[in-house]
Amino acid sequence: MLDNDSQGNLENAKSMSIIVTKGTLDWAYPPFILATTAAAMDINVTMFFTFYGLPLLNKNLDLKISTLGNPAMKMPMMGMHMAMPNIAPMIPGVDRLTTTMMKNLIKKKGVASIPELRDAAVDLDVRMIGCQMTMDLFEFDHKDMIEGIEIGGAATYMETAVKSDINLYI
Amino acid sequence: MTEHVLNAEGLNCPLPILKAKKALKSVPQGEILLVRSTDPGSVADFAAFCNQTGNELISSSTEGNIYKFEIKRS
Repeated sequence: MLDNDSQGNLENAKSMSIIVTKGTLDWAYPPFILATTAAAMDINVTMFFTFYGLPLLNKNLDLKISTLGNPAMKMPMMGMHMAMPNIAPMIPGVDRLTTTMMKNLIKKKGVASIPELRDAAVDLDVRMIGCQMTMDLFEFDHKDMIEGIEIGGAATYMETAVKSDINLYI
Repeated sequence: MTEHVLNAEGLNCPLPILKAKKALKSVPQGEILLVRSTDPGSVADFAAFCNQTGNELISSSTEGNIYKFEIKRS
């Protein structure tokens, strides 16, 4: 699990699991940032992708943000911060506009893209498990997903979680 | 001894840490990696990273808008 550069101390290795339940562009960040950073700090990381988080394992990522149910979301605009009222996503084109704004900000501020962070997670040997039940429920196909992932269920997750030092639900 | 330098300027959290982790792999044990960053959060983050991984943070300094870290590979 740890990289082979002898930096990890296997005996005292800490471990973390994250349940990833959300698949919008903004909500994809916390799990991937924490997973890659933890793995870089020699922590064994398992990510369990379920429900709307599962498509984050798809080879082709086309992530969007939604302003719906995001009452605290404010975007910097013309030197101010613009709030996104819940009526906004009802207007055609608004989610596309906010997604473009977010992607521009990400680039401008030197923030990693989600594909970049996911590649880093793969490089750092983060264990990724796709939820079998979600695949059945939403008719997702294993062959549309990136290589090297496992497919499993709640028991697979629990076996890891019970041994982990940190368990997060995002 | 060759100098190992990582330029992480313009990159935001957690990229400086991820790039440093990768760069350290090619640094022989006992040698020093010099990291340059513009992310103010990297000051606390490199201290935490070194604490956790056992690599030694030899120095952490600021030069204008640039944060500089010397990390000794353990």
